[in-house]
Amino acid sequence: MKARVHVMLKTGVLDPQGKAIQHALGNLGFDGIENVRQGKVIDLELAETDKAAAEKNVIEMCEKLLANTVIESYTVEIL
Amino acid sequence: MKVGVVVFPGSNCDRDLIVGFERAGAEVTKIWHKDTSLPDGLDMIGVPGGFSFGDYLRCGAIAAQSPICRSIVDHAGKGGYVFGVCNGFQILTETGLLPGALLRNTNLKYICKTVGLKVENADTAFTSGYNQDQEIMIPIAHHDGNYTADADTVARLQGDGRVAFTYTDNPNGSVADIAGILSDNGRVLGMMPHPERASDTGHGGEDGQALFDSLIGQLAQA
Repeated sequence: MKARVHVMLKTGVLDPQGKAIQHALGNLGFDGIENVRQGKVIDLELAETDKAAAEKNVIEMCEKLLANTVIESYTVEIL
Repeated sequence: MKVGVVVFPGSNCDRDLIVGFERAGAEVTKIWHKDTSLPDGLDMIGVPGGFSFGDYLRCGAIAAQSPICRSIVDHAGKGGYVFGVCNGFQILTETGLLPGALLRNTNLKYICKTVGLKVENADTAFTSGYNQDQEIMIPIAHHDGNYTADADTVARLQGDGRVAFTYTDNPNGSVADIAGILSDNGRVLGMMPHPERASDTGHGGEDGQALFDSLIGQLAQA
């Protein structure tokens, strides 16, 4: 079973990399970009076959390691 | 006075930190990150700067989950002293021993230069070698030193005297100019600037050595 985790900086936490991307896109002539946020995608391949158990397990991974919940939020998709 | 300095793959300030402690009179042992327990009788643990585990995932995140870090958390829980510099500070926030987190510098640049710090609280084991509000010159060398925490946490740190150092001219965007913070019992200090890189005239400055001297002096008396 595959799982995909998206990790993003929480709303309100300044994302200097997102700002730099926004600025660079503006320099390339892409107008009207109101905000850019950069995050991470982490793909996991799991031996688990039960979807609910896999999701519970991946959430625990996010809480312990994959995201720093002081500054980041995450979402888990079981694919 | 026994100090252990933890070495992770990618640590690069471990020797400097050891020299700082030794010059202050401590007996220092290196601790490899794969060790699961600490040597007996340590008074203080130093977590050095560098790029532990290549800064993969987030700075300090992988190191914070290593077995030795669980022992460091236990050591702090029992009232032991811990000192984290730069990547060591990032690791201590990732373990939860210190609140907040270190984000990418707002200018997105790796900044390597000597900066001014103000001693915000000289009444701690780490800072008693300085005068209150003294300005000292200490080098920084980091890409992710932009300290952040929610407004309540920052107010609590400030109100409880847990901000040890602030930048006199904020180089990295840290909230409230914070350069170093203490745990609630004052025995865990994390700071981005490198006092161990300002502890010899050959470094161009010795403002950092007072931190090691006062710390070891105080612990030796205790």
